[in-house]
Amino acid sequence: MAMLEIRDLEVNYGAINAIKKISFDVNEGEVIALIGANGAGKTTTLHTITGLHKARAGSVMFMGKDIIKLPPHKIVQMGMAHVPEGRRIFQQLSVYKNLTLGAFTRKDKKGVEESLARVYERFPRLEERKRQIAGTLSGGEQQMLAMGRALMSDPKIILMDEPSMGLSPLLVEEVFRIIRDIKAGGTTVLLVEQNAKKALEIADRAYVLETGRITLRGNAKELMNDDSVKKAYLGE
Amino acid sequence: MNFLSYLISGISLGSVYALIALGYTMVYGIAKMLNFAHGDVIMIGGFVMFTAVSSAGTSPLVAIVCGIIVCTVLGVVIEKVAYKPLRNATPLAVLITAIGVSYLLQNAALLIFGSAAQSFPVLIEVPDWEITEGLTVTGVTLVTICVTIVIMIALMLFMRYTKPGAAMQAVAEDRGAAQLMGVSVNSTISLTFAIGSALAAVASLLLCSAYPQISPYTGAMPGIKAFVAAVFGGIGSIPGAMIGGILLGVIENLSKAYISSQLSDAIVFGVLILVLLIKPTGILGRKMAEKV
Ligand SMILES: Nc1ncnc2c1ncn2[C@@H]1O[C@H](COP(=O)(O)OP(=O)(O)O)[C@@H](O)[C@H]1O
Ligand SMILES: [Mg+2]
Repeated sequence: MAMLEIRDLEVNYGAINAIKKISFDVNEGEVIALIGANGAGKTTTLHTITGLHKARAGSVMFMGKDIIKLPPHKIVQMGMAHVPEGRRIFQQLSVYKNLTLGAFTRKDKKGVEESLARVYERFPRLEERKRQIAGTLSGGEQQMLAMGRALMSDPKIILMDEPSMGLSPLLVEEVFRIIRDIKAGGTTVLLVEQNAKKALEIADRAYVLETGRITLRGNAKELMNDDSVKKAYLGE
Repeated sequence: MNFLSYLISGISLGSVYALIALGYTMVYGIAKMLNFAHGDVIMIGGFVMFTAVSSAGTSPLVAIVCGIIVCTVLGVVIEKVAYKPLRNATPLAVLITAIGVSYLLQNAALLIFGSAAQSFPVLIEVPDWEITEGLTVTGVTLVTICVTIVIMIALMLFMRYTKPGAAMQAVAEDRGAAQLMGVSVNSTISLTFAIGSALAAVASLLLCSAYPQISPYTGAMPGIKAFVAAVFGGIGSIPGAMIGGILLGVIENLSKAYISSQLSDAIVFGVLILVLLIKPTGILGRKMAEKV
């Protein structure tokens, strides 16, 4: 049984059918890339998995439980973290407050402190700036904060929506290094990216989403050599 | 000496506005709606305390506790029944519903208690304080200012140091992102209404003690003034509501004393318009970006 199983998922915005019966799996310990052009439905898919948007039909099984009707906070409590598109850190709150909000559902004080120490170790800049208002951080720092905040819940799986968007090449490298790191730590990652090349490089398997449908799936290395993927997403 | 006593009673009146304004501003910041029934919750609180003492013969303390409990529950129920089903409706629909709830409460009070004002019992028995010759502060004024200071400090600490406080700030800024932290929007909004309505009950105690009368319309004018105070301070901002409320009370009282008691309301609104012309978001307000 996969950690996350999406079956025949359909999502609408009003009358518009944004996701058309997609199915895919994420196994424990994997990094799965979900790639596709702007407007393909990647964000909608992630929003539906974490319950921010309600599905029209289909199922989402997380660790053997159907979560499709659960509110987001219940899903998060089960061990799913979501780094949303555009980071959406709490701009008016301090870096530290943002991080503690990431651990909102946790009751184990000791574990939270350990997570905080680990986040500071991974992102020393966040510790230096912990008292600073998050809105004053640079774009790269805000992305680190969004990732650190997600890690504070000690999740079993992290959904990341375009974490490299709008960052300089150097910071993009850094973001992907951290994703590798997270995987090495045993956390499962579902990665949505427009930067298909980078995503395929670190993913185990990948799915290609086109206007609400999964059109290609497979081993990431194989997809990198697929002619249609090369042409449409790798610019070759 | 006269000026000082006008100033102190202005601060006292402003404290009541501030307590009411906190309810408006917290609900606006977190639930993104204007709860125009808030003023009438004050009136209901007043009647609960009135009835507890006058008809049931309870002690003042019991009456006050009853008032706070009833208002808190009422606020939460109003949200659940009237506003929650409209979470995704247009702001206009929510506004009209809130006005409807306001009339419902007023008419319920009319039906039960009639339209005539009745005299409010003495619930706060604190002796007057003669600071110096010719400057005496009444017990109610003293209690009003002290209670307000304590509540404001407690609220600041609550927002800064507790998890529900952090949840409220998170929901205020970005409801979706807050949900992704595991915050329940429904519980957070309920809590907001509970706190706002409990503060309304306290405001009602202080208001009806300072002006010892109660009628179904008791909450209307203070409600509107407090709403103005919240806008004045920057709606959505807690310190803004505190500052806005107190400034409004002081301006109102000083205009009454030195300019004209008929014109005092006009002056208050004039100052509001002036402030909004200079700073459209109010004294401490900031632009809010609405997100999914
Ligand atoms: N809130 C919304 N209301 C209506 N349509 C939307 C909304 N959000 C996204 N869409 C539409 O759904 C489709 C998928 O969008 P999205 O999931 O954001 O794509 P991606 O993340 O792959 O760029 C697009 O056609 C987009 O226009
Ligand atoms: Mg997207």
